[in-house]
Amino acid sequence: MSSREDILGRVRRQLGRESAPADAGRDIDAWLAVRREGPRPTLDGELLSRFKEKSEALSTTVDVVAEWSAVPAAVARYLQNNGLPMQAVGWPLVSGHEWTAAGIAFQGRGAVDADLVGITGCYCAIAETGTLMLLSGPDTPASVSLLPETHVAVLAASRIVAGMEEAWNLARTELGVLPRAVNFVSGPSRTGDIEQTIVLGAHGPYRVHVVVVAGA
Amino acid sequence: MQIRSMFFKANASAALANPVLQGNLRTSKGKFVDKRRAAVADFEAEGGDFEAMRAAAAEVRNLVLKDLDLWLEKFESAATARGATVLWAKDGEEICRHVVDIARRHSVRKAVKSKSMLSEEAGLNQALEASNVQPVETDLGEYILQINDNEPPSHIIAPVIHKSLDEVADLFEKTHRKPRKTEIPELTREAREALRAHFLDADMGISGGNFLVAETGSVALVTNEGNGRMVTTLPRVHVVVTGIEKVIPTLEDLSLLLRVLIRSATGQHISNYVSLLTGVKRPDEHDGPEHLYYILVDNGRADLVGSQFQDMLRCIRCGACMNHCPVYQTIGGHAYGWVYPGPMGSVLTPLYNGLDKAIDLPHAATLCNQCGVVCPVKIPLPELLRKLREQQVEKNLRPWLERVAIKGWAWVAGKPKLYALGTWFGVRYLNWLAGGKNRIGVLGAAPEWTLGRDFPAPEGKTFRELYSTRRR
Repeated sequence: MSSREDILGRVRRQLGRESAPADAGRDIDAWLAVRREGPRPTLDGELLSRFKEKSEALSTTVDVVAEWSAVPAAVARYLQNNGLPMQAVGWPLVSGHEWTAAGIAFQGRGAVDADLVGITGCYCAIAETGTLMLLSGPDTPASVSLLPETHVAVLAASRIVAGMEEAWNLARTELGVLPRAVNFVSGPSRTGDIEQTIVLGAHGPYRVHVVVVAGA
Repeated sequence: MQIRSMFFKANASAALANPVLQGNLRTSKGKFVDKRRAAVADFEAEGGDFEAMRAAAAEVRNLVLKDLDLWLEKFESAATARGATVLWAKDGEEICRHVVDIARRHSVRKAVKSKSMLSEEAGLNQALEASNVQPVETDLGEYILQINDNEPPSHIIAPVIHKSLDEVADLFEKTHRKPRKTEIPELTREAREALRAHFLDADMGISGGNFLVAETGSVALVTNEGNGRMVTTLPRVHVVVTGIEKVIPTLEDLSLLLRVLIRSATGQHISNYVSLLTGVKRPDEHDGPEHLYYILVDNGRADLVGSQFQDMLRCIRCGACMNHCPVYQTIGGHAYGWVYPGPMGSVLTPLYNGLDKAIDLPHAATLCNQCGVVCPVKIPLPELLRKLREQQVEKNLRPWLERVAIKGWAWVAGKPKLYALGTWFGVRYLNWLAGGKNRIGVLGAAPEWTLGRDFPAPEGKTFRELYSTRRR
């Protein structure tokens, strides 16, 4: 007997049914059809200000600009103010911005170890917790938000949703199937393993900066 | 992992007598408790109902366990449809066999690991080393333990909670051969640099799984450091080793369970990285594994389904029970002698390894129910510990002196006159011991009991005597 049959067989015996019952799966299909949400608070106020407040509590910095055309200059300003290099690796998806004009040497590709700044877009963001939702794909490689010491994300304000449930619904409606990786990023990487003392930059970025486009 | 729970009493005594460990436990004491309390308070201040959320989380876990076979099949077909291979393992040995096979098939020389308690259950690192695959633990805490000669973790989410900054600094100096660092951020940076090299040239990533989502055939990973993302983004093979009980139905259920898990574990509102991974990378994608394997593990879990201990399978491994346990906080995690310490470990260790191998663990609790009150999925831990104690009595696994004493007491209690005589003598004996005070410093029959506390002296007469004089 294979381990699969052995394990499932024992689970069935413990549940008092020797093989899957005829109406098996009825409860399952019902639950999957309803997709009931658990209890959670309704968020008061405006989603952008909530997102900003929660992000900052996670040590993410947030800059709000009026329109898309202001993004490259805002990113350049952030890099300069923090003494960071003006070279960046980024998602091919965001390579259309006027990076060069803003003084940023931008390369649209997946990240390697030597890359110090990574620029990504953002599928949507969650106001409840100040979280970015990043989807992997050919134009949105996951390594860009992971390997560089600094992660800059560009986010359209209209893509801020209340909670994780709204984010799933958006993905279901717009994409149908999930990409290989859905990465929720909430601030810089951190660890508290030594004496429960929080330190930023364990394996992922030391800094996360979000440029929100208010009019988009 | 070799079980050492049969030596609990000796290990606990050694832990109590170890001044370094006691100092480290004092340093960490209460930190997790305070953070969780603040997170729950914040949630309620925003209009959330944490109790309602715990009840809903327990309900979802129960719903899965009621049809566990069907949910597992659902998960298996959804994961397979996305290009993953689903394997099953009855025990730790079979986990090791599967992982070593996969490593051979894909010519793997180095495997980076994100935290997996099941790989501790299986002793996977030793099996990989024996097959010439270098395992590298990448969670900072697990890494510290690995370079300290594969020391076992003492907490399920804070594996080196028993170690001080100084001990880590010594270990890094010895292992990395670099000048000794004295600050935690410097030590973290040194580990980051050492581990980054391993991430980049590993062929295989091994992770646990916080949840398996049946609807989509995905695994959800929760980390703060980002090692979970590294392990599942860079190597060309990803192996998920996780228990059969970890399956949940939908993404909505995942959202609910994350809200209770994270607050209960670290007191955060959200962990830095939550990843939901589904299938293998597309040909035109830059990163992600080409091969994805799930190893769904029984190792004692299947037999708990439908049993009086089924509630334990709801566990989502947050560690809140040990953070709130007065026993764990006093002796640390190593004394428990296996992978899981604290109240959840005291239930799981005997169930997975046999009651005779962990005879003292069901008693390593005061039954104060702090653990039951904070458990995010409402596992009645004290009740389960009590049931294990009952089983010990039924199976004659208690010490003979205790068995004889209780049989003797039961015999006397069935004879009211004899019982009255016994208590008459007992009360006078205790009063004589107290010597006119209201407490007893050294109890003759159980001197150990009064080592750290006094025994209260009785009022002077038995209940029966008082009752007969006051009765009208």
